Amino acid sequence: MTRVFERTKGLTEAEMHYCPGCGHGIVHRLVAEVLEEMELLKVTAGVSPVGCAVFAYNYFNCDMYEAAHGRAPAVATGIKRVHPDHCVFTYQGDGDLASIGTAEIVHAAHRGEKITTIFINNAIYGMTGGQMAPTTLIGQKTTTTPLGRTVEHSGKPIRVAEMLATIEGSAYIERVALNNNANIIRTKKAIKNAFTAQMERKGFSLVEVLSTCPTNWGKSPVEAMQWLEDEMIPYYPLGLFKEV
Amino acid sequence: MAVLKVKIEQCKGCGLCVRACPKGLMRLSKTTLNSRGYQPAEISDMQACIACAACARSCPDIAIEIEK
Amino acid sequence: MSRQLMKGCEAISEAAIRGGCRYFFGYPITPQNDIPEYMSARLPEVGGVFVQAESEVAASNMVYGAAGAGARVMTSSSSPGISLKQEGISTIAAAELPCVIVNVMRGGPGVGGIQASQGDYFQSTKGGGHGDYRLICFGPDSVQEAIDIMYEAFDIADRYRTPVLMLADGLIGQMMEPVTMPEFKSAAEISKYDKPWAATGWYEGCGKPRAVINSLYIEDDELEALHERLQSRYRQIEKNEVRYERYLCDDAEIILVAYGTISRVCRAAIDELRERGWKVGLLRPISLWPFPSQAVYQAVAAPSVKKVLTVEISAGQMVEDVRLAVNGVKPVEFLGWPGSRIATVEEISAKIAQMREG
Repeated sequence: MTRVFERTKGLTEAEMHYCPGCGHGIVHRLVAEVLEEMELLKVTAGVSPVGCAVFAYNYFNCDMYEAAHGRAPAVATGIKRVHPDHCVFTYQGDGDLASIGTAEIVHAAHRGEKITTIFINNAIYGMTGGQMAPTTLIGQKTTTTPLGRTVEHSGKPIRVAEMLATIEGSAYIERVALNNNANIIRTKKAIKNAFTAQMERKGFSLVEVLSTCPTNWGKSPVEAMQWLEDEMIPYYPLGLFKEV
Repeated sequence: MAVLKVKIEQCKGCGLCVRACPKGLMRLSKTTLNSRGYQPAEISDMQACIACAACARSCPDIAIEIEK
Repeated sequence: MSRQLMKGCEAISEAAIRGGCRYFFGYPITPQNDIPEYMSARLPEVGGVFVQAESEVAASNMVYGAAGAGARVMTSSSSPGISLKQEGISTIAAAELPCVIVNVMRGGPGVGGIQASQGDYFQSTKGGGHGDYRLICFGPDSVQEAIDIMYEAFDIADRYRTPVLMLADGLIGQMMEPVTMPEFKSAAEISKYDKPWAATGWYEGCGKPRAVINSLYIEDDELEALHERLQSRYRQIEKNEVRYERYLCDDAEIILVAYGTISRVCRAAIDELRERGWKVGLLRPISLWPFPSQAVYQAVAAPSVKKVLTVEISAGQMVEDVRLAVNGVKPVEFLGWPGSRIATVEEISAKIAQMREG
């Protein structure tokens, strides 16, 4: 008998605290598998965000930091400049990256910082209890848009991958989703490409992963995955936006 | 033949593996609860499993192991 | 070691490099711009890295990243920029990381002005950002003293795993003085501060724990344990790192307490008054936290001392610490103005004359 599927050594033994059906667990595993397969774990420092993934430092089996809200790309810059040959990644949600941390992510890309960002877009603030994110869809109800987000009041959702792809310093930008087996496989491939771009010192790399927040969306995990497919993907098209 | 093992205590009963299985073999247990009260996933027909690992890949809690 | 004429900000930068600093993350703001400018040219010459960040907020978080990676790292700014850096500084303090921060103070509040001021004393000595923490804080009165502090600051930061704040003001930063620059610290001197906690790469069995550089302690008892570590270090710092200078205090009837640039005006006033036969002395705190409370008390408690005068370039901030130190044994008066108005020798002398009469 051979193992078809087993837990990667890129993750610690710690049980993840995420809600049932949360996409973070899937993405953590994919990132950890890539780091293990690329034999980078020994020289990797990851930076966890503020948000639901704040405890990611307990899960990734490599040196880890926890950053202040939105500042992970700045922290990663500091690490990378000290250890230019090491692998440095940030793992950030949409409140962290697309709201409070826009300056840091834009300028990390702008400097062509040789880091990789894993960006989880689930269209909501998870940890603080389901408030509107810049990525919240029009009409989506959150605890701060109780009647649904409107264009008049809050503008249209921000498309991070497209925005960062316009910046000269970015080397690899792709948007992927967790909604089916093929897309999960594609997500892992994108993550591997992003880390490869970093280690080849091509510039800044980012993978935007469309993910779910069943708890704060008020849906079952299965319904949430379907909502991602039906509502999010049409607004946030999947694909490769930048590769140099 | 494939052997699929669900780590009962790690399963949070989210059902994403049920959605992912191309053969429709996964289900949430109607007879078992784990210590935290989740209905763990189980496979209805081991013989029919093709070991594609789509269930394991979709599992956020890495609660599924597969051998072939 | 030869004497040379150097501008404060440049001298601070060179002393930092000779003290082992190899990484600088900063953002332009007057009147400290000569520091990042100097660093941008000089650090690459010694194998270091300078990065101009997108903001002070980012710069302080870059310092957090580099400090956690085991580097000797610093940032500098002036007052409004230091306010922006508080997020990173609080994080660095909580994560028990060493670094050095330079504040070349200007007038505030808000955007304020660009001339020298001492309006950031409260912020510098009482923590600065949110949460219960302290920074070791030094306030030099000359370019040479700024050099000496910077040269040692990285050792102190490493020893206590805490940020050290050099609180200069616009005049110290911008004036030129003849100075002696120390030699480069040797690699052996720097590497004696072992950093097994740093994120330098890890694998099972590599002989050190996996690094987790962190300021989050979600469990009450873990947060309490952090504070026990911090407070125990702070007690050590209070014991070991108090610095001050006594100038003509032994027979003084009036003792001035002043730090930084304004202490030089006080000294000039004292020299003039001594020629008139007036017995006036100066107690000059060099470490602002830990504050030399005991030294202040001992100086003013002497039977000859009748009154105490604190002089600052502020509406009166350090005077609160002076009053706590004096603890009511002698009256404490204050001279100073908020913003950047600096008391003259004549104004200080006039105030002392008034105190002698009163």
